[in-house]
Amino acid sequence: MTTTTKSVAPASAYKPDSEGRLLEVDDLYVEFHTAEGIAKAINGVSFDLRQGETLAILGESGSGKSVTAQAIMGILDMPPAVIPSGAIRYCGEDLLTMPEEQRRKARGPEISIIFQDALSSLNPTFPVGWQIGEMFRQHRGMNRSDAYAQAVRLMERVAIPAAKERVKSYPHQFSGGMRQRIMIAMAIALDPAVLIADEPTTALDVTVQAQIMALLAELQDERQMGLILITHDLGVVADVADRAAVMYAGRIVAKADIEDLYARPAHPYTRGLLESIPRLDQKGQTLAAIGGLPPNLTRIPPGCTFNPRCRMSQDICREQEPDLLPIAGQMSRCHFAEEVLNG
Amino acid sequence: MGKYIVRRILQMIPVVLGATFIIFAMVFALPGDPTAGKCGDRPCSPEYVAAFREEHNLNDPLPVQYGKYLGKFVQGDLGTNYYGIPVKEDLAKRYTITGRLALMAIVFEIVIGILAGVLAGVRKGRFIDNLVTVSTLFVISIPVFVIGVLLQYQFGIKWGLVPATVPSLEAPTSSLILPAFVLGSISIAYVARLTRTNLVENLRADYVRTAVAKGLTKRRAVGVHTLRNSLIPVVTYIGADFGGLLGGAIVTERIFNIQGVGGYIWKGINSRDGVAVVSTVTVLVIVYLLVNLLVDLLYGVLDPRISHE
Repeated sequence: MTTTTKSVAPASAYKPDSEGRLLEVDDLYVEFHTAEGIAKAINGVSFDLRQGETLAILGESGSGKSVTAQAIMGILDMPPAVIPSGAIRYCGEDLLTMPEEQRRKARGPEISIIFQDALSSLNPTFPVGWQIGEMFRQHRGMNRSDAYAQAVRLMERVAIPAAKERVKSYPHQFSGGMRQRIMIAMAIALDPAVLIADEPTTALDVTVQAQIMALLAELQDERQMGLILITHDLGVVADVADRAAVMYAGRIVAKADIEDLYARPAHPYTRGLLESIPRLDQKGQTLAAIGGLPPNLTRIPPGCTFNPRCRMSQDICREQEPDLLPIAGQMSRCHFAEEVLNG
Repeated sequence: MGKYIVRRILQMIPVVLGATFIIFAMVFALPGDPTAGKCGDRPCSPEYVAAFREEHNLNDPLPVQYGKYLGKFVQGDLGTNYYGIPVKEDLAKRYTITGRLALMAIVFEIVIGILAGVLAGVRKGRFIDNLVTVSTLFVISIPVFVIGVLLQYQFGIKWGLVPATVPSLEAPTSSLILPAFVLGSISIAYVARLTRTNLVENLRADYVRTAVAKGLTKRRAVGVHTLRNSLIPVVTYIGADFGGLLGGAIVTERIFNIQGVGGYIWKGINSRDGVAVVSTVTVLVIVYLLVNLLVDLLYGVLDPRISHE
């Protein structure tokens, strides 16, 4: 069943930069100009990604995870979205200043994305094989029947049973897990160097979630892709991710290797997230939850953005926004990072 | 699929029966005497009236009349009108022009309507969008006879670009261009608006975002992925409209002197010609139902989520 799929990709013109980075997001800002005002969705986000590495981006709904992903892909609707400053460098080249045609050609062969809801993200009126094969037809100039053959090969690779018979089926004729496999097949079709998985398992039930995560990990290992795994589910990433960045109100509030993040959280928000994971050995107890709601992005509070919900909040937290500073091999945006780490 | 078609055709039977009975009863209830104008200025002789009423079963009670009529209809006999000409012959002649006119109007709806809708949809909020939105509203607000007479005067009489009227049933297709445009004008506007709205809505759909993320050209993402889904309701509208247009168009036919099906019914009603009216309407009902069935089948082809199994 497992077939090697490296052969179709021609040598890419892009090579990791001098420091071995595939992708570097540098002080990125994204705003949405709406009738209600300017929503500051992303406020100075920076991170990088190397070959074969998995970076998890964690956070609640509205924390800016998906907007970051869409900014990298260049699929934000602009307007209303505006990128006032920042850079997104792919192999050293800034995607934001790149001519649109060049950037388009990078979508798919260089960077690709898997969305959360495969049912609405696949076109309901075309067969799945046609939609996968379209990658080859658009980017490789392949004819229809060869593209279908490639689609079958990819569907086999992502373990869709009877791929040959099902290549002409429509998205609604598949189960949720199979549909997400089709999304994955489409995303990896042209052997991208960077794969962004935007909540790839949120719409699936738990057993299927594990299968999809295993498939992603396997594919990443096989192709040495840089993988950005966006999720709000801390349970999902523990086994797959190398590093994690925690986002809150459009900022990265903590960055750490995945073991450190779980073992010794250095930000109260991270700790809150970890405490809110249900655990078997705490059956019968009330589940800890972070009180309050994330801030309205059109009116972000002064000081630390997390302070209205933070148990450790002091006067300084309401007045001065902390910087993202290193602490014990991690990064934390908290005035009391040390106390959190030790307490 | 075959089963579905058979079921749909069986469902048509009660519809056709119901529709024809209603029409039959209405014509029956119309005041006036079909023999009134038959004999010039003098009243007809009682012998003639009696023979006429006997021939057309006018002395029977309504259900009996209807039953006798239906018996002939199912054998393919649409009866003769009060002038003694078989309705079938009349209709066949008039359908040559009504059919051509309807087809041309549909072509206008498809070409102009969809094109305008697409241009407006992809340039939402820009000049072309405003132009299409305002001009279609304008067309929709004006009665069709005003548009018809205005265009007839401008193009047909003042500029002489096209014939102002359609001289005969065998008139060349070129003389039908203007009438077909007038006939389709309001639907062109509706098609443009429907296309625009659906396109704008679908452009926000997740699968269009996927298409862009796949690195497809904008032309492909809009032209292939968005348009296909946006046109599904438009096809339904155009199909239903085609069914309606095949029923003739009294106003447009009048303006351009077209001897079509619409005028035939009009004349039938005015002369209390029950057989002509009922037979024509029955044929129209059947045509409309068949066109609708075709549209539903086409719908299944366009949208694979709809299954006729």
